[in-house]
Amino acid sequence: MDLALQELGEYIAAALPEEIVETEIGFGELTVLAQRGAAATVLTFLRDDVNCQFQQLLDVCGVDYPERELRFDVVYNLLSLTHNRRIRVKVRTDEETPVPSVTGVFSSANWWERETWDLMGILFSDHPDLRRIMTDYGFEGHPLRKEFPTTGYVEVRYDDELKRVVYEPVKLVQEYRTFDFLSPWEGVQALLPGDEKAAKEDG
Amino acid sequence: MTEAHIQNFNLNFGPQHPSAHGVLRLVLEMDGEVIDRADPHVGLLHRGTEKLIESKTYLQAVPYFDRLDYVAPQNQEHAFALATEKLLGIQAPPRGQSIRVVYAEIGRCLNHIFTTCAFAMDVGAMTPMLWGFEERELLMEFCERVSGARMHMGYFRPGGVAFDMPDGLAEDIYKWAEHFPTFIDDCESLLTENRIFKQRTVDIGAITADQALDWGFTGPNLRAAGVPWDLRKAQPYDGYEQLDFDIPVGKHGDCYDRYLIRIAEMRECTKIIKQCLDQMPDGAVKSDNFKISPPPRGEMKRSMEALIHHFKLYTEGYHVPAGDTYTAVEAPKGEFAVYLVSDGTNKPYRCKIRPPGFAHLQALELLSKGHMLADVVANIGSLDIVFGEIDR
Repeated sequence: MDLALQELGEYIAAALPEEIVETEIGFGELTVLAQRGAAATVLTFLRDDVNCQFQQLLDVCGVDYPERELRFDVVYNLLSLTHNRRIRVKVRTDEETPVPSVTGVFSSANWWERETWDLMGILFSDHPDLRRIMTDYGFEGHPLRKEFPTTGYVEVRYDDELKRVVYEPVKLVQEYRTFDFLSPWEGVQALLPGDEKAAKEDG
Repeated sequence: MTEAHIQNFNLNFGPQHPSAHGVLRLVLEMDGEVIDRADPHVGLLHRGTEKLIESKTYLQAVPYFDRLDYVAPQNQEHAFALATEKLLGIQAPPRGQSIRVVYAEIGRCLNHIFTTCAFAMDVGAMTPMLWGFEERELLMEFCERVSGARMHMGYFRPGGVAFDMPDGLAEDIYKWAEHFPTFIDDCESLLTENRIFKQRTVDIGAITADQALDWGFTGPNLRAAGVPWDLRKAQPYDGYEQLDFDIPVGKHGDCYDRYLIRIAEMRECTKIIKQCLDQMPDGAVKSDNFKISPPPRGEMKRSMEALIHHFKLYTEGYHVPAGDTYTAVEAPKGEFAVYLVSDGTNKPYRCKIRPPGFAHLQALELLSKGHMLADVVANIGSLDIVFGEIDR
C-alpha cells in the first residue's frame, strides 16, 4: 500500500513540478503540499487524471499554527472510488492572503470553505458566497484560531424587560479551568536560584 | 386586460418547524408553490465541539462524539477510537473489535429505524414512528446493559471498548436480531407499496451518480444514486472483511430509493450482528497496554504499578505520537471521519470532524429546485439530517 502511494506521490510531483512543493507519507496516508495559488489546479488534476481519479472532495478544513509565518494549513481530503485511495492536499497561507476557491472543481467545497472561513478566518478568493455558516448572525472573530478563548467573548440571555435576547460580555462565576498535565520534568525548565552561575563557569 | 405582475416571495421554513428535523432554518424563494431557491441556514446548534476537544485529553474527547449524531452515537465514537489507535499504532483485541461491530450495527439500526419512520411521518404516515420507537427502545436497552447509558454510551474507547458484555446479553441481542426482520416486514407493509407514500417520494429529489459524487454524498444517499461504495467493504476496519453481507444499491437516486436502501440495510445489519455473535472470540476487550487502557480494578488493589497507571491515565492521559490522520468509518448516515492532528502531547492539536449530513444538506437546493414546497419536506426527511452532527 505504502509503495503504491509513494509511486502515486512521485507521479503527481512529476506531473506538476511547479505546483507541488513536497509529498509525504505518514501513517499510511499520502499528503501533498502544494503552492497556495495552485490549489484549484492541483485538485483539477487529481480529479481528472486517469491515474488519480479522485472523484470526491470529502472535507476541507484549516489547521492553525500561530508560531509559523504562514500560520494556516488548508487541508483538502480527497477520495478515489476507482482506485480505492485517499489523498490529502495541503496549502499554506496567512491571515490576509486568500486561497483560490475550489468550488469550481468540486461543488461540495462550497460549504466546507464557508466553514473554514467562519471558524478559522482563512479567505478564499472567487468563492461565490463566502458568508459565515456555523456561528451566530453578526458574530465577530474566528473561534478555532488558537488565540480565541474557549469561553468566547460574549454571552447571550433573554432580557425580560427588553423582550429580546441581549448580548453581554462573558462573566464566569468560576475561573476557566485548564489543566497542564505535561510532566514538569519534561515541559518546564526549572530555574533554581544560583544555577546561572554554574552555566557561566562552564562557559 | 392588464398584465398581472407576479413577484417571487420568500418563505422562512423553521427553525421551529417539526419537519425541519431539529433546528434548520431554511430560506425559500418561491415562485407560487414552486421552489426557486433554497438557502439552508445551519449552525443554530453549534456547540464548538472541535474547539472543546482541543482542551481535553484523548479519553475525555470520547463523549463529545456521542453528542454529535445523537441518533446513532456509537458510530461516531468508532471513528475517533480508530483515528487515535492509528496514531498510537495499536489495535483493539479481536473480542473488542467484534463487540464494536455488533454495537456499530445496532447503531445503524437505531439510525435507520428513526430515519425511515421520521421520514414516513414527514410525508403523512404516523404509525411507523410509533412502532419504530418501540424497537429503538429495545436497542437502547442493549446499549444500557453494556455501558450503563441508553444513548451517550462513551463505550468505544481508543484501545477497545470500556467493558465486556454481561452474561446473557449476547443471547438477547441474538433473539432480537431474529425477530427484527418481522418489524421491517410490518413497516414495509405500511409504506413500500403504499400509494400515498409512493406519490410523495418516487421521482422526488432525484440525483445522478455524478452529481452525488460531486456534492460529496456518501453512505445510503450515494448508494441510492447507484454508486456501489461502502467503506465496510472498500476499506474494512475492525474485522468487517471477515463478515458476509451485501450492499444494497439503488437506481434512481430519488427519495423512494433512499428509503428502500435504508430498509435493505437494516436487514443486512441483522445478518452482521448474528454472524458476529456466532463467531465472537474470547479474550480481552481492550488493549493490554496499561499506558493506554486502564488496568483491571482488582489489580489496582494489589499492584502499585497498576495504581500509578490508573492515576496517570485519568489525570494526564496518554501522549499520542505527532502526526495527522484522516480516518473514516461507514456511519449510518455516510462517511463520518475524523481528521486528527497530534503534536505529541496528551491533547489533540486539532480534531476536525467530518459529518456526512453537512455535505448532504448542502445539496438540498439542487434536490429541491423546481419541486413543490411539500417536496422539500420529503427531501429533508430522506437525506437523513441530524443537526447534532451538522452543526457540531
